[in-house]
Amino acid sequence: MSANSVALAYLIASVFFILALKGLSSPLTARRGNLFGMVGMAIAVLTTLTVTKNWALIVGCIALGGAIGAVVARRVQMTAMPELVAFMHSLVGLAAVFIAIAAVNNPVSFGLPALLPMGSKLELFLGTFIGAMTWSGSVIAFMKLSGRMSGAPITFSGQHMVNLILAVVMVVFGLWFFFSETTNWTAFATMTAIAFVLGFLIIIPIGGADMPVVISMLNSYSGWAAAGIGFSLGNPMLIIAGSLVGSSGAILSYIMCKAMNRPFLSVILGGFGSEAGTAAVSDGTQKTHRSGSADDAAFLMGNADSVIIVPGYGLAVARAQHSVKELAEKLHAKGVNVRFAIHPVAGRMPGHMNVLLAEAEIPYEQVLEMDEINSDFSTTDVVLVLGANDVVNPAANVPGSPIYGMPILDAHKARTVMVVKRSMAAGYAGLDNDLFYMDKTMMVFGDAKKVVEDMVKAL
Amino acid sequence: MIGEVDPTIINLTVFVLAIFVGYHVVWNVTPALHTPLMSVTNAISGIILVGAMLAAGPAESDWGVWLGAVAVTLAAINVFGGFLVTQRMLEMFRKKDKKGS
Repeated sequence: MSANSVALAYLIASVFFILALKGLSSPLTARRGNLFGMVGMAIAVLTTLTVTKNWALIVGCIALGGAIGAVVARRVQMTAMPELVAFMHSLVGLAAVFIAIAAVNNPVSFGLPALLPMGSKLELFLGTFIGAMTWSGSVIAFMKLSGRMSGAPITFSGQHMVNLILAVVMVVFGLWFFFSETTNWTAFATMTAIAFVLGFLIIIPIGGADMPVVISMLNSYSGWAAAGIGFSLGNPMLIIAGSLVGSSGAILSYIMCKAMNRPFLSVILGGFGSEAGTAAVSDGTQKTHRSGSADDAAFLMGNADSVIIVPGYGLAVARAQHSVKELAEKLHAKGVNVRFAIHPVAGRMPGHMNVLLAEAEIPYEQVLEMDEINSDFSTTDVVLVLGANDVVNPAANVPGSPIYGMPILDAHKARTVMVVKRSMAAGYAGLDNDLFYMDKTMMVFGDAKKVVEDMVKAL
Repeated sequence: MIGEVDPTIINLTVFVLAIFVGYHVVWNVTPALHTPLMSVTNAISGIILVGAMLAAGPAESDWGVWLGAVAVTLAAINVFGGFLVTQRMLEMFRKKDKKGS
């Protein structure tokens, strides 16, 4: 294929990628969108095959990687989606680094001049550094998410100073690489090594509760890494696809930050989330709560006209989605209007709870976002809070509270509130929740799955 | 135009415009599908596969080829894994769709 035909085929592939994302605007068009994405990728790969040699090697490697990917995609539990996504981000990062090293080693094979011009060096520097940070950051995120490493933030004094110094040293080596007349491997390798260490250092101080932001952020980084490689290779398709992913991740991080009431800038710079653990506030007074059994709760819900279920991460941990679906069906059969209210940070990654409920075959018409359902709480008979805490804490409406301004589900406005929880312990924000002490609130203690199963039996 | 435009400037043009497209398209994604959005963007960032293929298939080969081959494998895991897991998730949303209507 001529260079022009290749470029045109790449343009078509790029359009397919845009259509893939566009399809996700509704569950009805989403599958078609995903198909567009696959078509775009197929066009891109087949076109590239016409300009490369070593077919056997390349096709073999694609088959091997494809087989691994297919097995992983089939086997992964929906609760483990965050880990899978973090794992895949790390692969993009590492691939970007390898490609950049290969390009420095043999620029001609990428259509670059044998003696790299300064512009290409700068682009390779950016691609390598973002790729390396994406890799090590994602590996840490993966280990924290899968429980191979404690979710607690790891901090030490002067952390930001160390990061800053490392970043400066990295840029110095980058400049050395930049201004060397021949290929300066020492500078390039040192710079890459520092970028790996930086990615690691930026993610370790982030606590488990902030993982939805971290995953979105690394999603964004992996896109920028691809775009950076696109710049190095002068390939507009890589730039377009990378930018789509990069802006998608950035928007998701922004949405997550809003939902968790965190400043966007401090997230992007890293080192956030450490203040969450220290925010514990207790006024010392003994407050009383009312507790009841699953049977009591089932009785109340069975006689209500409307029930809103607020699922939280606790529900996912207890793997109670399927029992909840049974509960919703039983209530539905009794003529109760059952709906689900989803807070943007209800799972461990954006939209996670929707997928978990979808897996349990709960119709998506019953699953509503915060903005859609918040005004309905005041006219609702019973709210059932399942393993959620901070997202229903009315303290968010009180000026001076550490979580003041955080958007919450207005569960406290309902006529009766039932909270299923393991204990009275505080949530991630370390705050006491006044909702639990209200006169209209009944606490049902126990494992979410067990309690819900008991409710189903009692109905 | 006077003289020839540096390819980097053209790439920069593409880059900026693509960010605008991404921004507008992604804000239209329904929040319920944010997890599939993330997995499909994961697959799309596997487009780096194209760069990896160039690294693995040069006219004159040396050790860089092997680095490229590893990169091809990694990127292929992303492409296949990303699209297939997205499909699996979206199927779940469809099942309900049938029941609901």
